[in-house]
Amino acid sequence: MTTTDIRAGRLSQEQLGENFSDHHPPLSSANAKVESDRCYFCYDAPCIEACPTAIDIPNFIRKISTGNLKGSAKDILTQNIMGGMCARVCPTEILCEGVCVRNTQDEKPVRIGDLQRYATDWFFESGETLFKRGEPTGKRIAIIGGGPAGLSCAHRLAVLGHKSVIFEAREKLSGLNEYGIAAYKTVNDFAQREVEFIMQIGGIEARTNHLLGRDVKLDDLRKEFDAVFLSIGLGDVNDLGLGKNDPEGVYNAVDTIAELRQAKSLEKLPVGRRIVVIGGGNTAIDIAVQSKKLGSEDVSLVYRRGAQHMSATWKEQEFAKSNGVNIKHWLSPKSLHSENGHVSGVEFECTKLNSEGKLTGTGESRFMEADVVFKAIGQSMQDTIFSGSEMPEMKKGKIAVNSEFETSLQRVWSGGDSVKSGEDLTVQAVEDGKQAANSIHQKIMQQ
Amino acid sequence: MADLSCNVAGIKAPNPFWLASAPPTDKLYNVERAFRAGWGGVVWKTLGIDPPIVNVSSRYGAVHYNGQRMMGFNNLELITDRPLEDNLKEIKQIKKDWPDRAVVVSLMVPCTEKDWKYILKKIEDTGCDGVELNFGCPHGMSERGMGSAVGQVPEYIEMVTRWVKESSDLPCLVKLTPNVTDICHAARAANAGGADGVSLINTVNSIVSVDLDLMAPEPTIDGKGSHGGYCGPAVKPMALFMVTEIAKDPETSNLPISAIGGISNWRDATEFIVMGAGGVQVCTAVMHYGFKIVDDMIDGLNNWMDEKGYQTLEDFRGVAVQNVKQWQYLNLKYDIKARIDQSTCINCGLCYISCEDASHQAICETKANGSRHFEVIDDECVGCNLCMFACPVPGCISMERVDSGTEYQNWTTHPNNPMRVDQN
Repeated sequence: MTTTDIRAGRLSQEQLGENFSDHHPPLSSANAKVESDRCYFCYDAPCIEACPTAIDIPNFIRKISTGNLKGSAKDILTQNIMGGMCARVCPTEILCEGVCVRNTQDEKPVRIGDLQRYATDWFFESGETLFKRGEPTGKRIAIIGGGPAGLSCAHRLAVLGHKSVIFEAREKLSGLNEYGIAAYKTVNDFAQREVEFIMQIGGIEARTNHLLGRDVKLDDLRKEFDAVFLSIGLGDVNDLGLGKNDPEGVYNAVDTIAELRQAKSLEKLPVGRRIVVIGGGNTAIDIAVQSKKLGSEDVSLVYRRGAQHMSATWKEQEFAKSNGVNIKHWLSPKSLHSENGHVSGVEFECTKLNSEGKLTGTGESRFMEADVVFKAIGQSMQDTIFSGSEMPEMKKGKIAVNSEFETSLQRVWSGGDSVKSGEDLTVQAVEDGKQAANSIHQKIMQQ
Repeated sequence: MADLSCNVAGIKAPNPFWLASAPPTDKLYNVERAFRAGWGGVVWKTLGIDPPIVNVSSRYGAVHYNGQRMMGFNNLELITDRPLEDNLKEIKQIKKDWPDRAVVVSLMVPCTEKDWKYILKKIEDTGCDGVELNFGCPHGMSERGMGSAVGQVPEYIEMVTRWVKESSDLPCLVKLTPNVTDICHAARAANAGGADGVSLINTVNSIVSVDLDLMAPEPTIDGKGSHGGYCGPAVKPMALFMVTEIAKDPETSNLPISAIGGISNWRDATEFIVMGAGGVQVCTAVMHYGFKIVDDMIDGLNNWMDEKGYQTLEDFRGVAVQNVKQWQYLNLKYDIKARIDQSTCINCGLCYISCEDASHQAICETKANGSRHFEVIDDECVGCNLCMFACPVPGCISMERVDSGTEYQNWTTHPNNPMRVDQN
């Protein structure tokens, strides 16, 4: 057994700066022109259908090609107010770019995400304004949670003339865009620049450090406001189920990702030499890659099923591998080993699918030494959030909503990760918020 | 190995690929390099009477289309800006060093017999193979009564050509401007004046673009611009039409043609030759890519001739002219329909929307299992080819002949034609 090896400053400041710079640099104007000319301007384009926010992709690309960047940015941002962030974090390989007709022709889709970033970056640099607040309606809406769904809802409501108050549990708005996405995906404080742009429209008040259930009650908000939008996300982290108390050195990946994003100097962060990440989604990929970029020597991402079952896309998996992450499949965590109260390794059981297609253990086991273990096996709804208030109906651990994003409670809507509308993606949350705002508008204007 | 040698209006060359009178042929240094690269001949950059002209800075404009650079190109450069004697000395030298290559000298002088006689005497002394009368340039010189100012008046063409032929035994090509309504009048005038051949087209009057900040045409010279001469791949179809017109015209069908206009490769060149040209002249493609492109031109033409079994250029020169008819003689019974190869279709829908919005609504879209499918409605398809051209996948849409192939009727006898010829 070796002793625990966790220390700060594994890499120089310069090296860290390089590792955490934009992992996917923006297109130059010359490249944007070439790339925009590759778009065929398809009729009834499949990419539009594949976009949860239904951005008219061929049209915004054509506008890049003709140098009409303001028009291009407007096409994007009207449909998706977080088009800038989505251009950075959308898994385009399973959305717009995944269905680009060029895949069939030459296996190289148009770089839609990069083009979207090109147009929106131009807009953010330009200082132009695109949206005006609607004529005041006198209606007020409470929005619980200032992440993508909440901000999208608030912005659309402002366009429609309503006022809103966002109650956000954390210190900053933007939710997972600020706290849950790998730092190299959104450099230069982009999440906050986007928040600033959204708030610019006016009529949106933000009350940060306000947690539902603790600082405000849903029942009270329903009385005070004309409508409530619950965009509360998933506040709890799923547990491995390997005993009550984890030893030292076992962390929730989402917490560390948030810490990393807020860290003022990366070289002061303690970093383990040997890292084991348990999980198969984008959070697992993000923490694994970031660990590697911080200077961890061995980073293993361990998933209990095969590569094809991982919720991280093939591209994310490739990205992790190219950054030196060792991905291991068909291993399920069995027990955490510790020395002097600190984790020293993880024992896994080998798994396989049985004849009925169910995951079973084979009885064989593997041991992996670790200085730090990250849990990234999904999040769930915080159960204290509705304490003391009437609770909306739930469905499979999430808030049940109809096609208009209405909950079972009168004048309460919900969207984003706290409901099951599509994949748990930023882009889906933005769409939920937008659609909920449209529905709220319809309903409250009838009253 | 086929014989690529050509003889245009009595001017011989080892191959039909000549450089047109332009910057690539303006001095010994360039021409020497061109010959080394394999060009069969050059038409030396146009000479005039001293003192030499002066040029502006910022001379070219270009049209780039969808990522393709210099689809169209224009210039407002004038004739040579070097002293006559310097040019003559170098022409003499190049002909001496490269006796097998065609060296033709382009000329443009004021419209007086005295000036033409003066310069021809000087030219003859160089040992060159012929002269080309520049009646084409549409800018700068035309305002001084030269270039296209001559080429646009058939009487002037005939007059000057006659002066030249009376003063010199050198083969004489007359270079024609496309900036006329009917090129045949110009070609007939050259023929009547005794020209040994014509070369065409010179550049087309053009303004390629406007700078929307300066509010001035490009290229912009100190805030102002001027029209220029358009050339490059964009003008090839117009050049091909004009060459064909001359080849078809009974009065000029035997007049040798040196074809010019957007010729960039052996395929373009061959199209001009089958339309009657004895050889071709190239400029813009060389200005874009350099002299080396002649390698593929020679090689490609040679391989094509071998494949088709042609021994010499004369074996196929002009063979396509007979198939160029007036519209009224085209077979109205001929019928084609679009066919979509579903195995290569990428479902972009461009065939559908182009037909739906701009043609005959002859393609339908169906959705099955979430995927799109495009199908031609034969009854509505008129065989216009639009979908085939809009389709970005080469070969995915083709046109299939569906008529019996035995019937023939043209407009001259069609019942809908009020002026039809009675068949009885």
